[in-house]
Amino acid sequence: MTYVLRRILTTVPVLFLVTVMVFLLIHLIPGNPAQVILGQDATPSSIRALTVQLGLNKPMPVQYADWLGKVLHGNLGKSLLDGQPVNQIIAQRLPVTVELAFLTLFVALVIAFPLGIMAAVFRGKWQDAVAMFSATIGIAVPPFWVGILFLLLFTVRIHLFPSSGYAPLWVSPLKNLSVMVLPAVATGIREAAVLLRMLRASLLDVLDQDFIRTARAKGMSGYRIIMHHALKNALIPVITMGGLQVAGLLGGLVITETIFSLPGLGSLLVQSVFSRDYTTVQGTALVAAVAVVLVNVAVDVLYSLADPRIQLGGRAT
Amino acid sequence: MTMSPLEVVASATATETPRRVRWRSVRKNVSLWLGAAIVFAVLFIAVFAPLISPYSPVKLDYTAILQPPSAAHWLGTDDLGRDILTRIFYGARTSMEVAIGSVALATIVGVPIGLVSGFYRGVVDEWLVMRVVDAIQAFPFLILALVLAAVLGPGIRNVTIAIAVGYLPVFIRTVRAQVMAERQKEYVQAARMVGASDVRLMFRHIFPNTLTPLIVQVTLGVASGIVAEASLSYLGLGAQPPTPSWGSMLHTAQGYMTQAPWMAIVPGIAIAIAVLGFNLLGDGLQIRFDPRKNRA
Repeated sequence: MTYVLRRILTTVPVLFLVTVMVFLLIHLIPGNPAQVILGQDATPSSIRALTVQLGLNKPMPVQYADWLGKVLHGNLGKSLLDGQPVNQIIAQRLPVTVELAFLTLFVALVIAFPLGIMAAVFRGKWQDAVAMFSATIGIAVPPFWVGILFLLLFTVRIHLFPSSGYAPLWVSPLKNLSVMVLPAVATGIREAAVLLRMLRASLLDVLDQDFIRTARAKGMSGYRIIMHHALKNALIPVITMGGLQVAGLLGGLVITETIFSLPGLGSLLVQSVFSRDYTTVQGTALVAAVAVVLVNVAVDVLYSLADPRIQLGGRAT
Repeated sequence: MTMSPLEVVASATATETPRRVRWRSVRKNVSLWLGAAIVFAVLFIAVFAPLISPYSPVKLDYTAILQPPSAAHWLGTDDLGRDILTRIFYGARTSMEVAIGSVALATIVGVPIGLVSGFYRGVVDEWLVMRVVDAIQAFPFLILALVLAAVLGPGIRNVTIAIAVGYLPVFIRTVRAQVMAERQKEYVQAARMVGASDVRLMFRHIFPNTLTPLIVQVTLGVASGIVAEASLSYLGLGAQPPTPSWGSMLHTAQGYMTQAPWMAIVPGIAIAIAVLGFNLLGDGLQIRFDPRKNRA
């Protein structure tokens, strides 16, 4: 339990620093942020009004304390574009990104598992070479290009999937899936390639161990050894790494959502960046970072519960 | 009398010089030489783009708009009649400039921080440096780079800085972990006993021993940098028109997918080949320096 508590406690300073960084974001804008946000044609009075609205006329620590107080109450400020509360905008967009992230992970697992097991079982043979070659290519090919090619092939050429028209899963499941399949596969291929390599390495480690040799000596079938003994042990590090891939996945989804015109957090961030809606940019970045921190903690805690050696030896930071 | 396989290996290595053994392991390391060959080709194209390009990368030719691949334009032309092969060559230059520049910047800043932090440890290391590193890593790489590029303004220089900030934690962590392992070793204790200062210990004795994982990380970092640059340029925050960039070429191509599909295919292949080269080189170096990694 000490490890779990320690791990949870270490997130407090990290979350604090995340809020400081997000807060300072607006102060990184060269020159007067209010002037930059409003553009060249801004009048002195509108600049003054925005300066007061953003609290930029107060001392920095006071500004941070005010901002943090609001954030802790679930108030991420108002959009500079239309005055809508940022937490409302994010709440509307978040389900799309969460669904896409889960679908992407699902696609990655469906591809990585059979290929990873095949590569480990047939180590050094052509099946292994094919799987590893596919993984190497899968990691090298940028997901957003795969997305563009999918659009070109499946939407423009053979009209198999629609290019837009997102509908929530609970409103129209079929329409939702028809729009989500291509982006999930486009992003999932790279994630699958990473997982495949990890699963193969992890399985090879386990397959070399004494208990597997014993199982073989007892005459157990290869299938049973893999499914009942090796895979169970090889999965722990793979699941951990899969969880840690969430940060990279969220980053990748920014561009995938933009290509496929999906109304998620990623496309919101891109739109806000270009419309200089810095409060929305701050809110989106904060939500993404907090999500990553929480997922990482959850994965570490689950890992330590599944493997007690972590709790005994996990003293390093 | 026939020899056992073990004896064959033993007799072969006994007659071979260490240099020959090393060369044999390099020759067998397909990732290393294939990666090195691709990286060399990409760097060659980037450096000598003006000499090997058949056309100007920015000159418009309204008589040759959206032409498919032909003898005159091997990879076709874009919406403004510009030769795609030429823009791919010059795009390599932009890509390498940003990817190598950002990794260099992250190395210059991250290595001293990692060295000092790992050497002294203590409260500053544990509760400040590492927590800041954790906080930076909490932001998804592309989101951090996107937000920073947006705040600093579009352009190659700012994108380089933005990617470098995102990559900084990796270098700090890599060097710090290596320093923590090295500082316990006898050669460091011996140097300390003969009166070497902390600075000398860090930079003269420990630093050279952190180079192996660092070189691997640099190579893999350039690969990530290529994708990050292409992504940010695709979104319009990287290289600004008319500067050619693989990412911005893909962005333009999306508007002409029915008329000119080659516009979307070629830049993606260029990105994939460059990333593949640096990834293979990184993997190959990893195998070269630590053969146990071969199985990953």
